[in-house]
Amino acid sequence: MRQFMKYFSASFLFISMVITSSIAIAADYKVGFIYIGPPGDHGWNYQHDVGRKAVDEAFGDKVETVFQENVPESADAERVMTQMALSGADMIFATSFGYMEPVLNVAKKFPKVKFEHATGYMTADNVSTYSARFYEGRTVAGHIAGKMTKSNTIGYVASYPIPEVVRGINSAYLAAKKANPNVEFKVIWIFTWYDPAKEADAAKTLISQGADVILQHVDSSAIMTVAEEAGVYAFGQASDMSAFGPNAHLTAIINGWAPYYVKKVKQGMDGTWKGAEQTFDGIGAGMVIIGPLSDKIPDSVKKEAMEIRDGIASGTLHSFTGPINKQDGSPWLKAGETADMGTLLGMNFYVEGIEGDIPQ
Amino acid sequence: MDLSEINFAVLVASLIVASTPLVLAALGELIVEKSGVLNLGVEGMMIIGAVTGFIVGVETGSAYIGMMAAAMAGALLSLLFAFIILIMQANQVASGLALTIFGLGIAALMGHPYTGIKSPQISTISIPILSEIPVLGTMFFQHDLIVYLSLISVLVIWYFLNRMRAGLILRSVGEDHDVAHSLGYRVVTIRFLAITFGGAMAGVGGGYLSLVRVPQWTEGMTAGAGWIALALVVFSGWRPFRLLIGAYIFGGITILQLNLQAIGVNINIALLSMAPYLATILALVVISMSRFRGNRGAPGCLGRSFVKIT
Repeated sequence: MRQFMKYFSASFLFISMVITSSIAIAADYKVGFIYIGPPGDHGWNYQHDVGRKAVDEAFGDKVETVFQENVPESADAERVMTQMALSGADMIFATSFGYMEPVLNVAKKFPKVKFEHATGYMTADNVSTYSARFYEGRTVAGHIAGKMTKSNTIGYVASYPIPEVVRGINSAYLAAKKANPNVEFKVIWIFTWYDPAKEADAAKTLISQGADVILQHVDSSAIMTVAEEAGVYAFGQASDMSAFGPNAHLTAIINGWAPYYVKKVKQGMDGTWKGAEQTFDGIGAGMVIIGPLSDKIPDSVKKEAMEIRDGIASGTLHSFTGPINKQDGSPWLKAGETADMGTLLGMNFYVEGIEGDIPQ
Repeated sequence: MDLSEINFAVLVASLIVASTPLVLAALGELIVEKSGVLNLGVEGMMIIGAVTGFIVGVETGSAYIGMMAAAMAGALLSLLFAFIILIMQANQVASGLALTIFGLGIAALMGHPYTGIKSPQISTISIPILSEIPVLGTMFFQHDLIVYLSLISVLVIWYFLNRMRAGLILRSVGEDHDVAHSLGYRVVTIRFLAITFGGAMAGVGGGYLSLVRVPQWTEGMTAGAGWIALALVVFSGWRPFRLLIGAYIFGGITILQLNLQAIGVNINIALLSMAPYLATILALVVISMSRFRGNRGAPGCLGRSFVKIT
């Protein structure tokens, strides 16, 4: 029996080695992706997977992509990336903020592998970061919300009090206020990116307090479902979510990673890829896309929304253009002045007019 | 901050919906524990109910059939537990924990193709006349069938445990299985039935989560509800009505803290998120201290394996 086990485990080891090495394929260039959740979430991860498929399509047989879903932001991420690097990946896209430390650790061990980290801020010689100016999309959404609300109350389901989310609230509020001076924002923080039950409860609460348009900065489509049932409006987050609320869905702020991924893989292949770069693109570069507008939106509002979108894309319009005061009334931007990058990246205050405090 | 912005009728109605999965699962566990078995697998049975209910609901287009499937799935999983602890006489705590881990894993596997799909709707049933009472009507009489069923089961279980001979037998098995056995009661059979019932109730609780409350399937969507149900059973002193109160306090504070946030109350959010747990424990401790001091109601043989002495 012991003899048998010995042969058995030896042959098992051999077979598994053959299998792994045959997975490490023959394509010239290999690109790995790690996702925080399932690509079937119809939100954040789904769009990264759309980007991955665009890479597949653009390079055909020359590039092979692999992905791993549901990778926790922990030592597991390090394990998964190490495995990818060992099996021959030339470039790895780590698509969540919390992969920052694991990426840096693995990058140190594999100096020849190129790493791209989404929404992070730390780089290395072989680590670049990329993020999108989602707040530009929220300016468009905020304008539509301000025009569509009848109760003048807009609900906002927020995840964590980090600059990216605060930026989104401010940007949406400024646009909504401009479109409709009577508008009021109600914000609920739920301290999670993805918990449909909590998101649904928060949306129901906002609706019960009179909100008739809901904005969200959390990832699931539960809020869209709740909005559809309650007969109010909502916006898709990261992906088009109209399937979950055909009547509720006004438009979606879609994350467009595809052009960036294709560009970066190309650079990696022809040797022009550079580490320690930080990309922060918006509507202009196609990294933030405004989805199709619902028929429920009047034509005049549609036209205004498109003008705002095009203005931001061409650079004639900025989401944060003064005069803007901070919540406590102290001046932030003078008339005509636009926000600088540093303040935006570290934004930790509400603009004047938003009630409540940012949790600390 | 303006408290009048909170619609209290809607608040009560939504706290009932938020608490219903807890009530169902905890009632099932109450019966299991009264028979002397500690099943820590509530979370696992709930999530299996949630995923099965959702899948069957989507495939058949009927949320009610989904609910029934959820009950069956929960019961089926609990049978595995029953077999391990009653026939194989394994440790109940370890087996229950294993059941939770197993349930979470298999649910994730089963539900994989079903993320991001809409489920069929369960319509609410407005009770004639009663639902038209201004505030009370919105609070209590415009819910779906499962909510009414959960309230009825509180009554039925109370009656069963305290007024029926079968309930007395169940309790005696839980108090002292050796004595019950020597009186001729079939300890193993009775526990089998109790565990299956507990599994079915946990399954329905899970199904309610994925078919009504959210309604969507997500991996790990029970998010600890099973553990809260377990705690409610203990803190309620194994009494159905206190269990209901405890569950509603828990759900109520959860919904209330969202409402307070939305009107802009300036309270630390970590404190607010902690509040449901604190309030529930406090309330139930206070109830059990005042009147029935000393009598916690814990079954004497809770968690002990039954070895037949021949």
